[in-house]
Amino acid sequence: MATLFDKLWDMHRVGDAGDGDDLIAIDRLLLHERTGGVALKSLAAAGHRVRDPARVFSIMDHIVSFRHGRGRDEARSPGGEAFIVETREMAQTAGIHLIDTDNPAQGIVHVVAPELGIALPGLTLVCPDSHTCSLGALGALAWGIGSSDAEHAMATGTLRAAKPRQMLIRVAGRLSPGVSAKDLALYIIARFGSDGGKRCAIEYAGEAISDLSIEGRLTLCNMAVEFAAFTALIAPDAKTLDYVSGRPFSPSGAQVETALAHWQTLRTDEGAEFDEVIEVDAGKVAPQVSWGTSPEDSLALTDALPADASARALAYMGLTAGQSVKGLAIGGAFIGSCTNGRLSDLKAAAEILKGRRVAPGVRAVCVPGSQAVSREAEALGIDRIFKDAGFEWGAPGCAMCFYAGGETFPPETRVMSSTNRNFEGRQGPGVRTHLASPAVVAASAIAGRICAPSDILVEGGVA
Amino acid sequence: MPSPFRHHRGLAAALPVDNIDTDQIIPSREMKTVSRDGLGEGLFAGWRYTEPGGREPVADFVLNRPEQAGTSILISGSNFGCGSSREHAVWALMDYGVRAVIAKSFGEIFHGNCLRNGILPVTLPEEDIDRLIAQASGGEIMIDLAAQTVTAGALPGWTGHFEIGAYSKRLLLEGLDPIGLTLLQAPSISAFQEADARARPWVYSAG
Repeated sequence: MATLFDKLWDMHRVGDAGDGDDLIAIDRLLLHERTGGVALKSLAAAGHRVRDPARVFSIMDHIVSFRHGRGRDEARSPGGEAFIVETREMAQTAGIHLIDTDNPAQGIVHVVAPELGIALPGLTLVCPDSHTCSLGALGALAWGIGSSDAEHAMATGTLRAAKPRQMLIRVAGRLSPGVSAKDLALYIIARFGSDGGKRCAIEYAGEAISDLSIEGRLTLCNMAVEFAAFTALIAPDAKTLDYVSGRPFSPSGAQVETALAHWQTLRTDEGAEFDEVIEVDAGKVAPQVSWGTSPEDSLALTDALPADASARALAYMGLTAGQSVKGLAIGGAFIGSCTNGRLSDLKAAAEILKGRRVAPGVRAVCVPGSQAVSREAEALGIDRIFKDAGFEWGAPGCAMCFYAGGETFPPETRVMSSTNRNFEGRQGPGVRTHLASPAVVAASAIAGRICAPSDILVEGGVA
Repeated sequence: MPSPFRHHRGLAAALPVDNIDTDQIIPSREMKTVSRDGLGEGLFAGWRYTEPGGREPVADFVLNRPEQAGTSILISGSNFGCGSSREHAVWALMDYGVRAVIAKSFGEIFHGNCLRNGILPVTLPEEDIDRLIAQASGGEIMIDLAAQTVTAGALPGWTGHFEIGAYSKRLLLEGLDPIGLTLLQAPSISAFQEADARARPWVYSAG
């Protein structure tokens, strides 16, 4: 009896790396321009070559400008052009796949990898980006690494790693209408703490997980790193197999049947044991919003701040213990990122925004997660809904999720954000980030204050 | 390749906060060069300087205190180095002169990044950390990697013991290049890939 994680680990175990570590084969490696150029440069400087360039993908996303009609090298942050240019040059020299700023497939690495079939069930995938765990949603063993490990994976096709402990998070019951994967992720982190994943490989299972769309699963697994997990996994099911088939880097021709047969074996055997088990009742999850400077500082929209809230977090966020977050006036709203920049996220927000206007004084920005998301949204008229509501409609990338020295919200602006991190200064010096689902962000943008979608709908569009 | 780490004796500073993330260790705006060097100036920039991008020191930030000049050991709470995978956080610590971080627990990726760059991440039990923060910060701390022990000038008779994987320990003690070590196993890697390509051809032939 083995867990899904056991199976993936064993399948990729090249051998003993000595001293308790395993040598694990890495199927596909992803790079981005923030760290990819440095890794490629230092690999070359050390005299190592990329062992299998066809399995390395470099994607421009982190600091590319989100201005429509951006130039090929245009960055969001001062001096950012150097990272784009350097990564492009180094990628071309190394002969790896390059999805450049002007490529129609460009976007955020964790949005693009599933779209192109770079991420597939059963693969090991690594990227020098902590949210690589997103890809576990497809039944892939995917985790974030540092630059040195990226160099190691490129040079050797492997990583040395100690097999992590394993945790099962079983989410019983169904999420209520209007409650999303993002709410579930924040709920779990708030309830068990941002260290609650204990560096385990987590498998999510249960009725609520089976119910989630693939995009919802990507959102849920995306936040596993905020839970201090090694990574997260969801066993592939019919939805997964349907999602991954026929994509550019998915198996084709005679390989399709072999792949399908293999993917169907990727599940935890009945009775397999985990080191830790967490049970969650999906019915108890309400729309969430964060109040502090760690994702664990989250609560249901209707709850008051805890009496023992950290003084440091309260001071940064301009709040007092015991007060309600709901109703706080906001100055910014952001929809996008590797957490919530997919088509279903934009659709959920558009449902709220349709026929309504962002409140005066709120700067609202939507940056689709990829060119494909952007094109699909435009084909459906979703961009129009956003623009008519007063949102800026940006060019795909990680823009506004984190601050890199460029354009952002002014200090002390309270920003509703569909991203993953509310750290001090994460979206700009002094910016007060409240994490929430795209629907909650959209509703709050309309009201000009933190509120639930149901509050807007009741009010009939008048904030 | 990092220089070997055997013993370290250095001045310790306490950052008694949980969940110190890599955005705090080095804000993204401070990652200015396409290089591993020169990042020490950006270390804790948001806490260390009065203005974003400025260099006017915040007087009461621990590392800015005159008696903390030359600090090479940090003591912190749980989940130190959580958040982004940016190895720049470790490069900034290294460039500043930090050789070891003692914490209740670490962010997973940050922990690995430390080991690859010759910084020793030491996990000690909560009560030991609390004692170190209360009594030994601002003073000298001694770390012996071979013996896996921590002692402090201010705490005579006390010895903390820490765990570290034997491979990581060897990497640090000998200052080895992990890529060079793994390439010694190149024949096994090739053999694995040949067999795997028969079972999962799509992994090797796509695109």
